[in-house]
Amino acid sequence: MPKVKVDGVELEVPAGATVLQACELAGKEIPRFCYHERLSIAGNCRMCLVEVKPGPPKPQASCALPASEGQEIRTDSEMVKKAREGVMEFLLINHPLDCPICDQGGECDLQDQSVAYGRGASRYHEHKRAVTEKYMGPLIKTTMTRCIHCTRCVRFSEEVAGVDEIGALYRGEGMQISTYLEKAAKHELSANVIDLCPVGALTSKPYAFEARPWELKKTLSIDVSDALGSNIRLDSRGREVLRALPRVNDDVNEEWLSDRGRYMVDGLTRRRLDKPWLRRDGKLVAATWAEAFDAVAKINPGASVAVIAGDLVDCETMFAAKKLAGALGSSLLEGRQTGLAYDCSNLAAVNFNSTLAGIEDADAVLIVGSMVRDEAPLLNTRLRKAVKKGAKVFIVGPHWDPTYPATFLGDDLAVLGNLPADVADLFGKAQKPAIIVGGGALAKGALAPALAFSAQFNLVRDGWNGFNVVHMAASRMGGLMLGYAQKGGIADLVAAKPKMVISLGADEVDFTKFAGSMIVHIGHHGDKAAHAADVILPAAAFSEKDGTYVNTEGRVQYAEKAVFAPGDAREDWTILRAMADALGVSVGFDSFEQLRAAMVAEVPALGVEGLADYGALPAAPADAKAEGVIGYPIKDRYLTNAIGRASPTLQRCSAELLHGETFAEAAE
Amino acid sequence: MALQDKDRIFTNLYGYQPWNLAAAQARGDWDNTKALLERGQDGIIQEIKDSGLRGRGGAGFPTGMKWSFMPKESKDGRPSFLVINADESEPGSCKDREIIRHDPHKLLEGALVAGFAMRARAAYIYIRGEYIREAETLFAARDEAYAAGLLGKNACGSGYDFDVFVHRGAGAYICGEETAMIESLEGKKGQPRLKPPFPAGAGLYGCPTTVNNVESIAVAPTILRRSAAWFSSFGRENNKGTKLFQISGHVNKPCVVEEEMSIPFSELIEKHCGGIRGGRDNLLAVIPGGSSVPLVPAAEIWDAPMDFDGLKAVGSGLGTAAVIVMDKSTDIVRAISRLSYFYKHESCGQCTPCREGTGWMWRVMERLRTGDADVSEIDMLQQVTKQVEGHTICALGDAAAWPIQGLIRHFRPEIERRIAERADVREAAE
Repeated sequence: MPKVKVDGVELEVPAGATVLQACELAGKEIPRFCYHERLSIAGNCRMCLVEVKPGPPKPQASCALPASEGQEIRTDSEMVKKAREGVMEFLLINHPLDCPICDQGGECDLQDQSVAYGRGASRYHEHKRAVTEKYMGPLIKTTMTRCIHCTRCVRFSEEVAGVDEIGALYRGEGMQISTYLEKAAKHELSANVIDLCPVGALTSKPYAFEARPWELKKTLSIDVSDALGSNIRLDSRGREVLRALPRVNDDVNEEWLSDRGRYMVDGLTRRRLDKPWLRRDGKLVAATWAEAFDAVAKINPGASVAVIAGDLVDCETMFAAKKLAGALGSSLLEGRQTGLAYDCSNLAAVNFNSTLAGIEDADAVLIVGSMVRDEAPLLNTRLRKAVKKGAKVFIVGPHWDPTYPATFLGDDLAVLGNLPADVADLFGKAQKPAIIVGGGALAKGALAPALAFSAQFNLVRDGWNGFNVVHMAASRMGGLMLGYAQKGGIADLVAAKPKMVISLGADEVDFTKFAGSMIVHIGHHGDKAAHAADVILPAAAFSEKDGTYVNTEGRVQYAEKAVFAPGDAREDWTILRAMADALGVSVGFDSFEQLRAAMVAEVPALGVEGLADYGALPAAPADAKAEGVIGYPIKDRYLTNAIGRASPTLQRCSAELLHGETFAEAAE
Repeated sequence: MALQDKDRIFTNLYGYQPWNLAAAQARGDWDNTKALLERGQDGIIQEIKDSGLRGRGGAGFPTGMKWSFMPKESKDGRPSFLVINADESEPGSCKDREIIRHDPHKLLEGALVAGFAMRARAAYIYIRGEYIREAETLFAARDEAYAAGLLGKNACGSGYDFDVFVHRGAGAYICGEETAMIESLEGKKGQPRLKPPFPAGAGLYGCPTTVNNVESIAVAPTILRRSAAWFSSFGRENNKGTKLFQISGHVNKPCVVEEEMSIPFSELIEKHCGGIRGGRDNLLAVIPGGSSVPLVPAAEIWDAPMDFDGLKAVGSGLGTAAVIVMDKSTDIVRAISRLSYFYKHESCGQCTPCREGTGWMWRVMERLRTGDADVSEIDMLQQVTKQVEGHTICALGDAAAWPIQGLIRHFRPEIERRIAERADVREAAE
């Protein structure tokens, strides 16, 4: 714990801290462009110069200098002021002063810092440099003349995303940041470079010229595009969500967001169900709410009701539907739409127990049937960190590129009970071994052998739980906590031949199996379920209602309502409450507060933000065996849910980045 | 008193004899190198320290001390490396080239001796990309040395395994900076690294590394053979030894010559170069150490001793001892402007002040050349050079700033004259 003096104030800083961190601890703001907490130190912008004694009689880059005992750091001296003014002047000589037409305006580090630390006028009267635009794919818009060469984007691609897609060409003044041969940045986290770019060189292409940051209402929300529950901020204007940005949460998403989660928001205004629809003579016709509820009342199912929860719904919606089904006398609830039927009697066995942050500490990881980059992109960055710290990763399943060294053990699950000797040896010796079971493996019954693996290698030990299941649906863990699981999965519902099936945005279900049932779809997009529905009740998307979500590690998080649902659409719980009246039963709540209180009374864990406690892992069944070739469920990483399928941006990503179609840029 | 032939280290500097192994051995290279190694690591380093040898690449850091920074034993299994900087790209410099093409075995033997002294596993010689013939010679010389058992396993029968790799650069001046050279060797874009960590702690492939100039390495075996006392008998205190001077420009006979350190400029020119073109009175200015050091006007340089301290005293530096002589026919502003263009061209672009500043300085210099400027811009240019100097990751920023500072310091009236002249012409035209 070295003691340093910052502007005359003595303080102790953690060992290994840099001078910049020491200054921040002392409450001094240090301007910077290239430095970023989550990236390696480049030290190239030279904006963070401070005066340090003892040391050479020139300003030092504080981001790269370790704080050491007895240093005297000055951030307010004449030398520092001059150095900052000088660097700022250099940065601006070749930067176009096109702030009025730049999308970064209002949230630009260069703007802010030139106001705070610049000289006010430039002495540069020569020609400015101009750089041609670089093509970086459908998400990233480039204006490379604005680039200040901080290399954050380069470092992000290399270090966090793990792909060498972005780099610098040429040298000196001619240096240019570009993708290799101007190919699109294709990885699943590519758009994070937009947030990282301190200037307007890399901006969001779909969001170009949409809004200024000060016009936007900012709402705290949770990403529903996968089961990680990334913390996001929804920026909205009027009734439209214009963009989603990641919030910092070191336990979940650090400060990244997958492209899917970031860009599906423009699907929120398209293909929406904005009025009730009824199927008459095999065709859907628009109706009023009164007619719709009449139709529901006419079904009069009695206790013959089943509820299927979709991937995007919140806990409140699922709880309200559960209450409704319960009031009608049914407990046929299921959320695993594609037919998975793993044992949910103990939720610890289907949870990501190591936690997302914790998996970084693992030293041996076995991934069974999960294409992590598609299913949980930000989990892959955690695994990448673990590998950087020395972890060994083994994967059972078809080959994919994990961005880090990993050994593939074949496609067949049988290998789980018959590991190669060196792998078994490694797991036997590992301090923090872990297994990650994905949906592809759960489908083949891998849960029991995974538990056996856990027992064999003692995955649960003091201070460490290495047993993990990674889900793909934002609603999954919440659904399981609320009892949305039948022993035989959705097959039980099919077998019961219910008179009425309530679909809560269940767009992945094969409804042909429910041919004899009346299907009431409460959803927000005209997607697969709407085509099969007999009654469509338009509901709110995740951005249009308050809601509770539980991510794959059992973390309870709350999202807030950003905008109102379009047209006649209503928040889901109010629809279910009105259905109760139509069907002549009571569900026991009249307001959202009452609903949430009832839900928390039934499942207390949902009332506490943070990790839910599921208790100890169950023992493995004696005959734990599984075999079969694993297949990954996600065929198109951009179009995994109804909102994404409606999003023009993600459609284009899918077409261009996955299916290789070319798009001609509109001539300007 | 000038250096006598018997005291020359580089006896085949002009290539009068073949470079090959047999000829080199006849000149005394590789003569019982095993005995040199048997003095032990600490013995060799002490001898080099005692000789007072300072790095010949420009900075003048004591070579023996540099070697002593290398770890005595590897605690974590990392090997140590020696990197030899043969990326001689400094305008005016041409000494390493002569060593490599005419006396490559001096360098290879030095690599073994120095590598052994710092307990290095191997030496990498990073040779400038444009040196095509020189690289061919070096490759061939290395192969000869391997074939004769002088390098490789059990080098020279000493029981020490030592490899030498020759790596060709791709034509970037910045790769002569030690950490940029390490990056380039690793296959990355040649951009200097932040220090700390210093190469002696984490250099090539993260392993302890020492980067030395070709000349520093090539003189080491001779120092060991002829003793530190012999080497330190030349030159002034703190500036010991012999040195290759490379005199170019407006002298009657430009040449590369080995001379004693601290030889006065006048003696160097008169004795070896046949004097200044047009006589002493025709001398305008001298850049005594390669393009990176400030120029020195005629009056101050004439009696100055050519060594690190002597040239520092006249506001310049010895650098690589690449003496660029300019007589009164020189357009001095244009000359410095051309150097500014060079630094603009060779800046790696990594850090802001150098990337942006070198271009700015060059553009202003170009206008000062034609006088198309305001007098106040001279001071502005001076300030810009100060904003670059000392604010960058490596020394290229300093190197770009110093020539301009030297010009403004010594030739400000000349710049002002041009501005005034141009203004007169413009006025007359109106």
